[in-house]
Amino acid sequence: MAKEEHDIIVCRCEDVTLGEIRKAIREGATTLDEVKRITRAGMGPCQGRTCRLLVAGEIARYLGKPVSEILQSRYRPPVKPVKMGDLSVISEEGENSGCKCREEVTGQ
Amino acid sequence: MKTSADAVVIGGGVTGSSIAYNLMKHGMKHVVLCEKDTFASGSTGRCGAGVREQWGSEGNIRICKASIDIFEKLQEELKYDYDMEFVQKGYLMMAYTEKEWEQFKENVEVQHRLGVNAVICTPGEAKQIVPALNTEGMYGATYNSRDGHANPFHTTRAYLKAFERLGGQVNCFTEVTGIEESSGRITKVKTDKGDISTPVAVNAAGPWAAPVAAMVGLELPLYTERHQILVTEPVGHLFDPMLMSFSLGIYCQQTPHGSLVMGIGDPNEPKGYDTGHSWQFLKRMSDIMCRLVPALEGVRVVRQWSGLYTITPDAHPILGTVPGIDGYYQAVGFSGHGFMLAPIVGQVISEMILGKELSIDISDLDLGRFERGDLRVEPSVV
Ligand SMILES: Cc1cc2nc3c(=O)[nH]c(=O)nc-3n(C[C@H](O)[C@H](O)[C@H](O)COP(=O)(O)OP(=O)(O)OC[C@H]3O[C@@H](n4cnc5c(N)ncnc54)[C@H](O)[C@@H]3O)c2cc1C
Repeated sequence: MAKEEHDIIVCRCEDVTLGEIRKAIREGATTLDEVKRITRAGMGPCQGRTCRLLVAGEIARYLGKPVSEILQSRYRPPVKPVKMGDLSVISEEGENSGCKCREEVTGQ
Repeated sequence: MKTSADAVVIGGGVTGSSIAYNLMKHGMKHVVLCEKDTFASGSTGRCGAGVREQWGSEGNIRICKASIDIFEKLQEELKYDYDMEFVQKGYLMMAYTEKEWEQFKENVEVQHRLGVNAVICTPGEAKQIVPALNTEGMYGATYNSRDGHANPFHTTRAYLKAFERLGGQVNCFTEVTGIEESSGRITKVKTDKGDISTPVAVNAAGPWAAPVAAMVGLELPLYTERHQILVTEPVGHLFDPMLMSFSLGIYCQQTPHGSLVMGIGDPNEPKGYDTGHSWQFLKRMSDIMCRLVPALEGVRVVRQWSGLYTITPDAHPILGTVPGIDGYYQAVGFSGHGFMLAPIVGQVISEMILGKELSIDISDLDLGRFERGDLRVEPSVV
């Protein structure tokens, strides 16, 4: 692995370097999903907003294809990370009821 | 792509990958695996990847124990250069109803008889294992340190890489569209990229097992059902074992990476192929887990998704041959626990195909059991 590859962080959430991404591509990954599954690039809190274009660019260059032909992975909800404590105060109707303890743990 | 092979494996999830690797390992020369998408793109890449011996039926305990024996040496056997993240930090199975608690105690008796060292815990003892736990309302728990979990992507990829090193061929983005037979023998597997002449076709198509079986005129008693799951941001160490409760319908683990992966069943989930997600899931999950582990209140959910369970009438897989279709094998219908079975299933199915002595008896998991009315019973899925 070249020195600079090892120093360049492509996915800042998960600390994945350019070298790690290039290794996955050399070993056969041809889609963003595969690179993500192998290296974790794009799995962090920002869900690849910063790195996915860079990763797609690397795959495209390696395969000699335009970036638009590289298979994208899906954005998954929630759009921004949400605290579990905040999710649990939403009522079933979708409103904030402010009460976390409507059902007993044993009540199911 | 090869145009002829000794065997074609349909499906690049953990099951197909394990079968393909084991066929090469046991001496087959030309094995081809076809996957319509990328590796682990079906149920495998969406799953919780938990592995446990704590079952209720003898059959399930035996087969899962044999699978864990393989998991323990797999990283080394497959010479994989990434970490498969197989960790054995136990499962804590928590009872919240009296019935569940009585069942757990009976299960442990069967487990002990078969050499599984699970222990029965009072709520206080459970709290010693998981200090972050709020044990209010808990009857008790059982704990087995040999249970654990792994990384489903890397486990599958480890099998595929070892398969390729042995000379096997993996064809991704290659969909099997038909299987041909002649006088009751498999002769050809047809794909959207060309045909492969072969005497052996293995159906490891996960949620699409029924459409693949239909290619040889078989009707499988399977249905698919969505199960939702989420992952949080990585946080400092919270607890070791997988937490699981059937009566609450939940499981939750902290991965080696520090993130928490958790899911909850929904008794009202309709059958089908929907893999969407809902905020109601986030809410139900957060409600229960924040109560069980209050420290989770401040932990942020990063991503939610869903995958499919492929379910049989008795929640046990359908494995092996089908009379009248020589060369057709299947490993399908894992009913929500196929990840943990993949190592042993790959081994036995390949032994079957190669006519070797089977390392474990799976004759009661054949398709014929549904006609015979000889359904398996597992008390430990509520
Ligand atoms: C949310 C969730 C949590 C789970 N948790 C656990 C757990 O903790 N422990 C556990 O043991 N199990 C768990 N499971 C179950 C587990 O995921 C499955 O039982 C297991 O992954 C099945 O693997 P498989 O390889 O048989 O199927 P899959 O992974 O679905 O693989 C089948 C593959 O076949 C391919 N395919 C289908 N049709 C064709 C065709 N015609 N041509 C070519 N390719 C085709 C598909 O694209 C797919 O990749 C969970 C499942 C879900 C959804």
